[in-house]
Amino acid sequence: MQTDAYQGMTAEITTVAGANGDLIHAYVARPLGPGPFPSIVLFHHMPGWDAWYFEATRTFAAQGYNAICPDLYCRVGHGTPEDVAVKVRAEVGIPDVQVVADAQGCIDYLKSLPTSNGKAGVFGTCSGGRHAYLAACQAKGVDAAIDLWGGGVVMEEKDLTAKRPVAPIDYTSALDCPLLGLFGEDDRSPTPAQVATHEEALKQHGKAYEFTMYPGAGHGFFYHIFPAAYRAEAAVDGWKKVWDFLGRHLGG
Amino acid sequence: MCTNISHSAAVSGSAQGGNGWFAVSGVYVSYDHPFHVPLEHSLNLDFVNDGAGLGARVSVELDRDSARALAERILGVLSEADAYEAAPAK
Repeated sequence: MQTDAYQGMTAEITTVAGANGDLIHAYVARPLGPGPFPSIVLFHHMPGWDAWYFEATRTFAAQGYNAICPDLYCRVGHGTPEDVAVKVRAEVGIPDVQVVADAQGCIDYLKSLPTSNGKAGVFGTCSGGRHAYLAACQAKGVDAAIDLWGGGVVMEEKDLTAKRPVAPIDYTSALDCPLLGLFGEDDRSPTPAQVATHEEALKQHGKAYEFTMYPGAGHGFFYHIFPAAYRAEAAVDGWKKVWDFLGRHLGG
Repeated sequence: MCTNISHSAAVSGSAQGGNGWFAVSGVYVSYDHPFHVPLEHSLNLDFVNDGAGLGARVSVELDRDSARALAERILGVLSEADAYEAAPAK
């Protein structure tokens, strides 16, 4: 950042066409100016489409990305983020096929902007990390993927449901972009063993990936708003890895 | 839904939330990431009325020991309540 250089952004809620042509809410934050800027789609975590994700979306815009965070729970209803997330938790999640189609709508929207540089990444934490991996494997036009402690990439057969009929790891052969994965050694979902299984699958399929396992960190170590989960050193290092990774692969 | 441990029970009663009392039609019982209590996972109770909108909700998040102690206390009180209701009216 240069203290005498201009920077600005616009950030607002809009709607974007997702699965089945449904118009879903999305928070879009974009740098001002002609760009061109790379794009990033953020998949919110289980606690919902909430303030942390709105802040993260603006953070990406401040770093020079056209960023969009769709409300993946939009069809369930509206209220506070917790009101909606409680309902989604009771219904044990949202359909994977819907998430991938919503992701495609967001990727296509951002790449259609006149300020787009033609490259798009996906980013998510918690269930959003799992969704980012799903999108990277199944959506078109993903040029980089970031999975932050996404539980449920590795799934046992007994955990498969109608909404989640296939474990995302089973789509690994279709991943055709580099993957950044950041995980906590003390996390229960995913466990270090599950991350190792994921890494083995990536190696077997010859995929480009960069994984970091942070000692002393559990689930949610980027969340500065949750003191019990926040791990400052891991979060600072993790964000640096995010910017470095995206800069190399999206030209941001 | 990171743990996939989520069930519901149909109940009949009332709960008092931020906007006053409302009729409760169900309780979601889950063990998953909490919103407030500083734990990675908690036993979550969400008293809701599905027909009254997502805002008709009173939520509690407990650690497992507390939830178990609560469950045992509830069963103990119910035993006393059953005896009370069964006693002949004086």
